[in-house]
Amino acid sequence: MNSRDRGELSVSDTRQHVEPEKEARGVLSPELVATPAGLAREPLIRGYRGLGWISDEVMRFNERSTPSWWRAGLLVALFLLVLGVVMVAYLVTTGIGVWGVGHPVMWGWATINFVWWIGIGHAGTLISAILFLLRQHWRTAVNRVAEAMTIFAVLCAALFPIIHVGRVWYIWWLLPIPTSNAVWPQFHSPLMWDVFAIATYLTVSVLFWYLGLVPDLALMRDRARRPVSRFFYGLFSLGWTGSQRQWHHYEKAYLIIAGLATALVVSVHSIVSLDFAATQLPGWHSTIFPPYFVAGAMFSGFGMVLTLVIPVRSLCGLENVITKRHIDLICKVTLATGSIVAYAFVVEGCYAWFGGKPYERFMILNRVTGPYWWAFLLVVACNFLAPQAFWFRKVRLNLRAVWVLSILINIGMWMERFVIVVGSLHRDFVPPNWSYYRPTWVDVCTFAGSFGLFFAFFLLFLRYLPVVAVSELKSIASNCISVCASSRQRLDARR
Amino acid sequence: MTTESNNTNSVGCGAGEYGLIAEFAGPGEVLRAAERLRVAGFRFWDVFGPYPLPGMCAAMGLKRSPVGWFGFFGGVIGFIIAVAGIWYLNEVHYPLPIGGKPFFSPFSAFPTAYELAILFAAIATFGGLLVLTGLPRVRHPLFGHRRFALATRDRFFVVIESADPNYHRENTQRFLETIGAVRVEVVMM
Repeated sequence: MNSRDRGELSVSDTRQHVEPEKEARGVLSPELVATPAGLAREPLIRGYRGLGWISDEVMRFNERSTPSWWRAGLLVALFLLVLGVVMVAYLVTTGIGVWGVGHPVMWGWATINFVWWIGIGHAGTLISAILFLLRQHWRTAVNRVAEAMTIFAVLCAALFPIIHVGRVWYIWWLLPIPTSNAVWPQFHSPLMWDVFAIATYLTVSVLFWYLGLVPDLALMRDRARRPVSRFFYGLFSLGWTGSQRQWHHYEKAYLIIAGLATALVVSVHSIVSLDFAATQLPGWHSTIFPPYFVAGAMFSGFGMVLTLVIPVRSLCGLENVITKRHIDLICKVTLATGSIVAYAFVVEGCYAWFGGKPYERFMILNRVTGPYWWAFLLVVACNFLAPQAFWFRKVRLNLRAVWVLSILINIGMWMERFVIVVGSLHRDFVPPNWSYYRPTWVDVCTFAGSFGLFFAFFLLFLRYLPVVAVSELKSIASNCISVCASSRQRLDARR
Repeated sequence: MTTESNNTNSVGCGAGEYGLIAEFAGPGEVLRAAERLRVAGFRFWDVFGPYPLPGMCAAMGLKRSPVGWFGFFGGVIGFIIAVAGIWYLNEVHYPLPIGGKPFFSPFSAFPTAYELAILFAAIATFGGLLVLTGLPRVRHPLFGHRRFALATRDRFFVVIESADPNYHRENTQRFLETIGAVRVEVVMM
């Protein structure tokens, strides 16, 4: 905390002043602990020039004229979205038979897509809530993007079970609504738990996202030139003034909702996994499923965060705020969660081997050598081998390599759900039931439509909302600058 | 709260005067000024800035925020509603015999109850925040002040309302200048 944070007036390079001015420090401002020499880290904000500069840097993309890549991207996304709508209309009017599902593979692409999207939706809450509770300041630059990703991914995920029920017009039977026929849902079923888990997750994610947005919407209101934008940003910022009495309650509320979201994120994918684990099917009926699914969700979510953040930082000109150090750190978390997934995958094999159940053993053997051997190979290659490159710092700092690897992780995690869903279903207990599952073109186009939904929302978010949590960035800025200054001082002294 | 007593006319201020706004050079200065203002015994005043200043709660003498209680009771109510609701639906009103299982079991009710507890707690926390901060409030006298928009950008302001018993335009203005304000102006309603 020092007086140079005055903003636009202090454009001069802050690094020249090392010692914070005595006058500028309040009596109660916390003493900064100097970083020992050798432990100095890259700053989280590159070329920091004051608090006002942070606003300018982040809002620059929102305030410039609409770039052509954005228009083109939105056009493609809307096309895919329309395609998806047409496919859903075709499905609803014709019947579930237009998909490739059928006995014995009753859960096909729709279920895979559901689990895949909801898994992607987990990284946002992980970054915004769990890393917040762990005081990881680097999350600040990417949490807004990740939370937006979460909400749109959960929307895509929620679509699939709804259309998978076949008779979509009865979907409200899942909700405990008092009606004259007095038929109530029964809560022994994990599918019922799923309804509440997903609905709660969506609501709390939106709430948490919006809570973080309020101070930044106020900033956009105060910067807006056109009356229309001032009106709407003013409306949605709820009249936030930046009063410290407001901030006092706000910080506490944010902390509490972060804690709740942490408890929630772990439960949601556990409940999704219970859809599988509560059945009797080999390959599904397994106690390891909840933690396995949660780790897989975090892994795929971080893969998607990388896929999105790397283009966003260069297209929106956020290189100073989302630095290579951030990418480096996300890669490390991806590697860690990926290793947990790989471990769980191996443990499944151990269950089959040591459990001594013939069906379980057959399932694993069939997974590796059966008709879907290629899916298994893809999982091993994309999920377990590809992330190993993240052990090397050179790879983590090479953005193109990281982006390609993140795409591989996304593919790998989709294939993993394919192996779990189709791999277990297509050869069950009795050989006459066996079959080979193939998706139809409707399956493929519906999946493409969900991408349209996701990217349409995501592009609108990029354009009209602050992509980075500005007020949070400001509150870490003074801290991180002082730490940088002190470590620079040490380095100078050593020379 | 800063907003409640706008209508009272206390001695020492002109009609339609909301208060004094003082601009400070930086976070350190405003933190020190807040200490002095608290010691001086002002009641209807506030500090404005682009982010929550560490140590400001102590400097302003703010009590612990009760917003956690909203969340706690929200969570408890959500959990009770879920368990009681599931018990009533599956045990009393529409029992479904499935595989000889009990109509109501706390274990199968738990996941739903857990989710609903979190849902209610989160909504109650958010609602509690709105209640405690007096939001939404889209009109505010300070929004009319030409420099106040910088509070969300990089400036730090102290506002003392005319409703404060200690308020006196000239004296308070002088006091704000002695504790380090760069610029002190009057805000109208």
